[in-house]
Amino acid sequence: MLNNYIPILILMLFAIAFAIVCVFLSKFIGPKNPNPVKLSTYESGMEPVGTARQRFSVKYYMAAMLFILFDIEIVFLYPWAVAYRKFIPNTVYYALIEMSVFIAILLVGYIYMIRKGALNWD
Amino acid sequence: MITELIITSTIKITLVIIVILTGVAYSVYAERRISALIQNRIGPNRVGPAGLLQPIADVLKLLLKEDIVPAKATKPIHTLAPMISIFVALCTIAVVPFGDSIHLFSRDIRLQIADVNIGILYILALTSLGVYGITLSGWSSNNKYSLFGGLRSSAQMISYELSMGLSVVGVILMTGSLSLQDIVLHQFGWKWNIILQPIGFITFLVAAFAETNRAPFDLPEAEPELVGGYHTEYSSMKFALFFLAEYANMIVSSTVIVTLFLGGWQFPYLQTFGLPPLVVSLLQVFTFVIKVVAMIVFFIWVRWSIPRFRYDQLMNLGWKVMLPLALANIVITALLIAIFRS
Amino acid sequence: MLPNWLARPALAGLGLSPGYSFILYLALIFNHNLNFLQFTFENILILFFSLLAVFGALMMVTRKNPITSALYLILNFFCVSAIYLLLRAQFIAIIQVLVYAGAIMVLFLFVIMLLNLHDESKLSEKITYKKLSAILISLLLFSVLAITVYFSYMNKYREIHSSAETIGTIEVIGNELYTTFSFPFELVSFVLLAAIVGAIVLAKKKFD
Repeated sequence: MLNNYIPILILMLFAIAFAIVCVFLSKFIGPKNPNPVKLSTYESGMEPVGTARQRFSVKYYMAAMLFILFDIEIVFLYPWAVAYRKFIPNTVYYALIEMSVFIAILLVGYIYMIRKGALNWD
Repeated sequence: MITELIITSTIKITLVIIVILTGVAYSVYAERRISALIQNRIGPNRVGPAGLLQPIADVLKLLLKEDIVPAKATKPIHTLAPMISIFVALCTIAVVPFGDSIHLFSRDIRLQIADVNIGILYILALTSLGVYGITLSGWSSNNKYSLFGGLRSSAQMISYELSMGLSVVGVILMTGSLSLQDIVLHQFGWKWNIILQPIGFITFLVAAFAETNRAPFDLPEAEPELVGGYHTEYSSMKFALFFLAEYANMIVSSTVIVTLFLGGWQFPYLQTFGLPPLVVSLLQVFTFVIKVVAMIVFFIWVRWSIPRFRYDQLMNLGWKVMLPLALANIVITALLIAIFRS
Repeated sequence: MLPNWLARPALAGLGLSPGYSFILYLALIFNHNLNFLQFTFENILILFFSLLAVFGALMMVTRKNPITSALYLILNFFCVSAIYLLLRAQFIAIIQVLVYAGAIMVLFLFVIMLLNLHDESKLSEKITYKKLSAILISLLLFSVLAITVYFSYMNKYREIHSSAETIGTIEVIGNELYTTFSFPFELVSFVLLAAIVGAIVLAKKKFD
């Protein structure tokens, strides 16, 4: 079984090598004549104002938080989907209802989320 | 035994990487030519016959440019970010089958880099890592445009990852396996998943467009407001890596869409024609390539036909339309399977 | 979110846990008349990823820049995933990447960027109770792990069980989870529901 993963390991090594070679190739080949203006932060030709690392909307945080929760829900769906056909014919409705209850409970959370406007981007 | 495995897979990987890199070069060329066609222009036609050497000239030019790292950037992360992007883009291809198996040099060679038990989940896991390349490049550049481009893009990608994950569940329900080879084998004849899973196909397609940051979902690099988005402060090969990763992602998602929904390398009823096995194998690979190219052309066509979404529209589409749609698709699919199979 | 003084030690404990598992692994090796010390390709890989996990954990705790810390934690998660895979738990290995590296760490990055600690030195204040709590939490975790491993595996655990390969597949997990463990599974949905409501209520003041 582990043998199946050896090609993936090799591919990952290849990809890492490719990335490193590309980044360092241009460092050696390209010209190097920096000056303060060239190295300054781009802001449409103006002098940069303040710092770029400002606080940003809490919406992004909300999106990431809700993403995790729904992602975990989806993770529970995968084993169910794979095993679903094995429940045919005896317990298939049991499996269906089981998952419907799971989804329904989470749907309550989803509706709450929509109602509260947690993801209204305006 | 292990050495043989290592040698054959190294050869396969080298070939696949070469094909992807050439594919990237020529999808950039195709994009420029097709967009020119759509906009009634000519497009690049000077370098080589019909401009065919243009991609090589572009790469050489980028290679010879100065690698500028802004003084205020966080340098190690600024270098790491494009490497993450290209790593993710290249590694995703590992589990996609581009043919059944081929009989060469008196042994059967499987036309897939790795057939693992967790197939689709491997793709989804790597896709979810793609967010880092973009977020980190935006943050490390210490540039307002970059930061907002990166943030928008990562919020967009994680939102659409949900509907992507959910639409995959429909396909898994049809097949009962996560292995992509099994999924392709299950779509024999005309039992393609696009016919059996039309809603899943639409949600997956939309999610794939959003994940690859292609128009109409190219908010992270919306030029009028964000200049270049997350790669504003990148130049030379680091910029090229982002560019390469974007197009490699487009190619890889085309292969995944073809594999999951368009029958993969299956040519309907090819096995019944009585052709020699080698010809069948080659025709299957050819079928796969044709389908993928068609998908790439579709990606390009959409980009130059549909205007960009507004950010709130995009998030609403992801969370309030695609997510419930994909969820409903799963329940309906499960119900139909339960009714018709028992 | 956790208050700042608690968040960092908790993270440290989380990050160091693979380090402890590595120490336990070494203990296992030496407790079994060096039975384990066969330098097969597989064992070398386990050793490599364990060392890398410890390295990632240490770097994560000691870096000044929180974003760099987060990146080392991702490296750590990767190594843990590789170790899971080497122990034949394919599904858990990929879920480790999908959920921890792909989702939870994205949130962490967002939070770090959102809090935006201009003054990074704030984080490395030399207040002893922080360090004390960090040591305490990680010692607690260590003892839990040690007790678990000691009582469940000592004298039994020599090599990976032959059934490990089948048990690690998603098919078996699916079959078990939705028949034998269907009640705990349904409870999970309530936990997730509570988390959704909690996240919205906590952040609600900000977008009203």
